[in-house]
Amino acid sequence: MTYVSTFCQGGPATLNYGLIGGCIGAPDGSTAVWPERRVADDSSDARLSALMASAQAGDRAAYAALLRECVPVIRRVAMRRAPADRIDDVVQDVLLTLHNARHTYDPSRSFRAWLSVISDRRAIDLMRRVVRDHSREIHAPLHYEQHPDLDADPAAPQERTETAKQVRQAVETLPQRQREAVQHVVLSERSLKETSAITGQSEGSIKVSLHRALRALRLKIEREPQ
Amino acid sequence: MSAPADRQDHDALIQQLTGDLAPVKRLAPPFWRALMWFAVVTAIAFVAALATDRHAIAHRLMAEPDMWLAVVGSTLTAMLAAYSAFQLCLPDRSSYWALLPFPPALLWIAASGAGCLRVLRIAGTRPPTAGDERDCLIIIIALSIPLSLLLFVMLRKGHTLLPGLTTLTAGLAAAAASATLLMFFHPFDATASDLIAHGVAVVIVVACVRYFGGRILPPKNNSARA
Repeated sequence: MTYVSTFCQGGPATLNYGLIGGCIGAPDGSTAVWPERRVADDSSDARLSALMASAQAGDRAAYAALLRECVPVIRRVAMRRAPADRIDDVVQDVLLTLHNARHTYDPSRSFRAWLSVISDRRAIDLMRRVVRDHSREIHAPLHYEQHPDLDADPAAPQERTETAKQVRQAVETLPQRQREAVQHVVLSERSLKETSAITGQSEGSIKVSLHRALRALRLKIEREPQ
Repeated sequence: MSAPADRQDHDALIQQLTGDLAPVKRLAPPFWRALMWFAVVTAIAFVAALATDRHAIAHRLMAEPDMWLAVVGSTLTAMLAAYSAFQLCLPDRSSYWALLPFPPALLWIAASGAGCLRVLRIAGTRPPTAGDERDCLIIIIALSIPLSLLLFVMLRKGHTLLPGLTTLTAGLAAAAASATLLMFFHPFDATASDLIAHGVAVVIVVACVRYFGGRILPPKNNSARA
């Protein structure tokens, strides 16, 4: 029962239920485990261990049930290490770790001890990452707002939209063979071979059509300035 | 994120992980895996013993206690460091496993150091030259490369959450095994400069394995693997 002693370090007036184990702080600071809860813990641990063994064999229903039962345990471990807004990140991280490390679990050992150690380590890793990121990044939204990009052109998106519309209209006015060449080769980025298979034209003919189409489009767009 | 939304996120992840579930082969116990690695070291030692003068080696080892104690120390260091590396590549094992190879490593260093302080020369040996010491360095490093690679191929099957300690003990195991195998090619008495050459070789091996091992072992940041 090493996992019970591990979790009964909460000090006086600590009361843990469910998967974590049943222990209560005595007035003198020592902890005692209720015998009936210990029996329940043992059977619960054995059940979780059996679920994991089934999951290792590929049983999806057992695996889903196991992971759902793991979530509150992970949350409880994470609460000791991470702030409230990071607890769900820890839960997701631990679930992924359990998935990737499931082949390393030995069913002859306590599942809860295995889960608790992994949860604790992942929570510590996550908090280290958070602290490291905070030390490298600056959070200054006002500063960002006060320094606009001097090269930015507010009219640029509108101009791009108008140019695209103008090109589309110009393409529509082209003869059919030239229009097909532009649509397939330029707009849909197909190869000459693919275009040839779709349109039934030879590759040489598509090249000629494309060349003529591009020249026509250039002239048309130059003649109609924005 | 609100609590129900978090629950939905966890449920979605559980569904994804359950959908990806494939049967996995359970990892063999660390003892057997360490034994398999050490069997390869023993096979190399056997081939080396066939190719060298075994009587001369036996004579040299038995001439002074520090000679065989150093070999016993390096052999035990290799065995226990490999065993602790295989323990540490499991996600739930204590970091204290890294201390396991320390007592034999101390014996190895102390016995090697005692050899340097010995004034009497062993009959049939000679002090090493600079070329001999360079050869020692090259042999230890050259033998460590395949032994480390084999160790990492085996360690990759685990899922360590302590990659630093795992690579450190793996490096020590490879370097100690190479130092043991070196005795087959070491026809001279130990001196301070010889010990320094061995020490430098071991530090180079451990540092390289520690550096490159972190890239070989599975990343700590998670992504779902089926």
